[in-house]
Amino acid sequence: MTSTADHTVLEDTPGHDHEHHHDAGGDTVFGFWIYIMSDCLLFATLFATYAVLSGSFAGGITAKDLFDLKFVAAETALLLLSSFTFGMAMLYAHQHNMRGMITWLCITFALGAGFLCMEMYEFHHFSSMGATPQTSAYWSAFYTLVATHGLHVTAGMIWMLILFVHFYRDGFTNANLVRLACLSLFWHFLDIIWICVFSVVYLMGVM
Amino acid sequence: MSSRPTIVTEPDLIFGKFTSDAIPFTDPIILPVMLIVALGGIGLVTMITKMGKWGYLWREWLTSVDHKRIGIMYVIVAAVMLVRGFSDALMMRAQQAMATASENGAGYLPAEHYDQIFTAHGTIMIFFVAMPLVIGLMNVVVPLQIGARDVAFPFLNSLSFWLFVVGALLVNVSLFVGEFAATGWLAYPPLSGIEYSPWVGVDYWLWALQISGIGTLLTGVNFFVTILRMRAPGMKLMQMPVFTWTSLCANVLIIISFPILTVTLLLLTLDRYFGTHFFTNDLGGNQMLYVNLIWAWGHPEVYILVLPAFGVFSEITATFSRKRLFGYTSLVWATVVIMFLAFVVWLHHFFTMGSGASVNAFFGIATMIISVPTGVKIFNWLFTMYKGRVEFTASMWWTLSFLFTFTIGGMTGVMLAIPAADFVLHNSLFLIAHFHNVIIGGAVFGYFAGFTYWFPKATGFMLDEKLGKLSCALWTIGFFVAFMPLYILGFNGMTRRLNYYDNPEWTYLLWVAAFGALIVLAGIIVQFYQGYVSIRDREINRDVTGDPWNARTLEWSTSSPPPFYNFATMPKIHDRDEHHYKKEHGMAYDVPKQYAPIHMPKNTWAGIVISGFSLIMGFAFVWHIWWMVILGVAGIFGSLVVYSFERNKDYYVPVDQIEPIEHAHLATVNPDGLREMQAQKQNFQA
Repeated sequence: MTSTADHTVLEDTPGHDHEHHHDAGGDTVFGFWIYIMSDCLLFATLFATYAVLSGSFAGGITAKDLFDLKFVAAETALLLLSSFTFGMAMLYAHQHNMRGMITWLCITFALGAGFLCMEMYEFHHFSSMGATPQTSAYWSAFYTLVATHGLHVTAGMIWMLILFVHFYRDGFTNANLVRLACLSLFWHFLDIIWICVFSVVYLMGVM
Repeated sequence: MSSRPTIVTEPDLIFGKFTSDAIPFTDPIILPVMLIVALGGIGLVTMITKMGKWGYLWREWLTSVDHKRIGIMYVIVAAVMLVRGFSDALMMRAQQAMATASENGAGYLPAEHYDQIFTAHGTIMIFFVAMPLVIGLMNVVVPLQIGARDVAFPFLNSLSFWLFVVGALLVNVSLFVGEFAATGWLAYPPLSGIEYSPWVGVDYWLWALQISGIGTLLTGVNFFVTILRMRAPGMKLMQMPVFTWTSLCANVLIIISFPILTVTLLLLTLDRYFGTHFFTNDLGGNQMLYVNLIWAWGHPEVYILVLPAFGVFSEITATFSRKRLFGYTSLVWATVVIMFLAFVVWLHHFFTMGSGASVNAFFGIATMIISVPTGVKIFNWLFTMYKGRVEFTASMWWTLSFLFTFTIGGMTGVMLAIPAADFVLHNSLFLIAHFHNVIIGGAVFGYFAGFTYWFPKATGFMLDEKLGKLSCALWTIGFFVAFMPLYILGFNGMTRRLNYYDNPEWTYLLWVAAFGALIVLAGIIVQFYQGYVSIRDREINRDVTGDPWNARTLEWSTSSPPPFYNFATMPKIHDRDEHHYKKEHGMAYDVPKQYAPIHMPKNTWAGIVISGFSLIMGFAFVWHIWWMVILGVAGIFGSLVVYSFERNKDYYVPVDQIEPIEHAHLATVNPDGLREMQAQKQNFQA
């Protein structure tokens, strides 16, 4: 989709020699895919660390003592729903419908914020129960893995705010559509990572 | 880098851990260096100011997004860091030569200082000499070889470079402010944990590597996209020059392995700053996890360094044997196979950890298998030379020296790959000799060969050939004199990193090694002199045609140095050795009927400014100065946002600007064609 948008813009450019041109928007999306692959490896390393340390409670409080699957299920629902709403925003973006796009992005933002609030509440709760990052190697790995995902979500939300300004200023330009496409990739990617967190950390944690 | 006992104070709100004691004014070794660097710095700044060149520097270099200029800057920084890293090497060789225990004590360096020196040597040579030389060569050569006008993301390229400079700066700042890590270049915990390294040395190491590592990761993504998406029309993957192929594989390795480094450094950082227990002795920490993670990055890193060097040798061997490269397909596949195998051998760095016989056997065999594709390459180069008309230029000297030296290093590597033998040889000087043998004899000789080969392309004039050969001879002899004794010492039981020993039988061989290091020093001095002579005589040594070696690949079809847009018209690719093909078919310097405006990126302040804030952030983290951390982080993200809102990041080069540049080159390489074209044009207008 970006490449078609790209061409329409490029053909408008005066003095442009089509044969020589190079599809810069497509490159950006492709490059962003590659970045996401490397981010995926970053998480893979954190998961591996978590797996190695998954039994290292040092005789202290364990995951089973604290995890509440119902709470995490609600958290998961918020994030998965936000992937759907981002998809809606993309549909409106394709139609160059600013109002629809912004509405759905705002809903996405709110869902993301809800997810983060729940996560922070959970961290606070665990800490108050005596499981801090300093408690044992297990809890160091738990907090690092989950918080890295949370920081990514935060980054995605800040990015969303900046994109609002970009769209407000320039509208549906090719550059903005490429930016939105990248953010959308990023957002769905964080969903996939969260599914792994849910399965590996929470589900296996209570088993 | 101080030799005084560690200073640990409670972090202050304004100055963090920093106190005036942190600057070693009284150290007899540091003080002169500090003075020289300060005077040199002041001298440089005065000179630039007097010549009124700040504006020029800023506009044309510091903010440049031109891959060729960024490449040149990488190489310059690498040369400076080579001096630093090699000084460390000389100090170590001197220390060990003098370190036999006697009544007068051992050597001249206190243990704490010596430990920082070997850590700094390893860190600098790998991250701030070898890496920038590889990436610098890639920057200069890859876009030209594939017929592209720049890399896919020019701004990111500038950012990568400046982030790397920040890392190098942090390492150098540690020399004068505080200390550097005294842990060895990979900083194994628990030694590198806060309990045993309580001051700032390890933090300098962490932030220097973290910041420059992120720059490298961006480079990996950038070149991967560039090579896959920006090749000239008609260039299939199996038509890419071998250097581009090896660069592609090296960048895949970067994309896959550098995130592991990022996380490993992050976890150690969390242990040191927030009291987590990933690698601590207590509460479930696991140091073996660190060693596994750091080598899961570290082993691919070895291939990131050496694969592009293999590419360099392939280009040079083909050019100077006046033949097509022998077995291109097998060489490409050998590279790809090495790329995969690079990820399944990391455990051979710690066979002695106790993973069990079957695990060790797997990794031992996997390691030995790597020597098969590597051997394939050696035969590719040998058979390329076989029955060729080999021309012994300086870059060919480096190549031949490599073939000989590297083969020896490869064989000692296979010895170390046998777990049973490794139990005897691990952590000994045998290992030190082995990896210097492959890194100097394999990677570094490759960079020097490539440097000599592409120097005229990047600058427009040739390096002095005679001095180049002299330097190659000195490096080669010096290498053997310096490192062969270490093999013997390793067999005799001398472990690495000793600042003191009580076996007088070792002394004599350590003096031989120190002498070898001096021969290498002579080689380096000759290289700097070569640079000076070549710049001085540049008018005599001009490369007017752009193809001084009568070479085969696309980069030689441009002028030297190439115009900032590289190619005025997109070349259409017919053959693997495209430029050779065009010369054969008399179409090498065809005059295009007309030119079109060229779309180019504008230079930008963002790369250097964002990196400047990263430097502030890194320094502040090292010293626990939290207000400054906030300033740095805010600056980084603020600049990124401001940059994202900038309009007009690119422009079109008009035809009136392209035509004179192109005609100047064509007037040298194809005057008849140019005249004909101009006559036709005039007729047409009349």
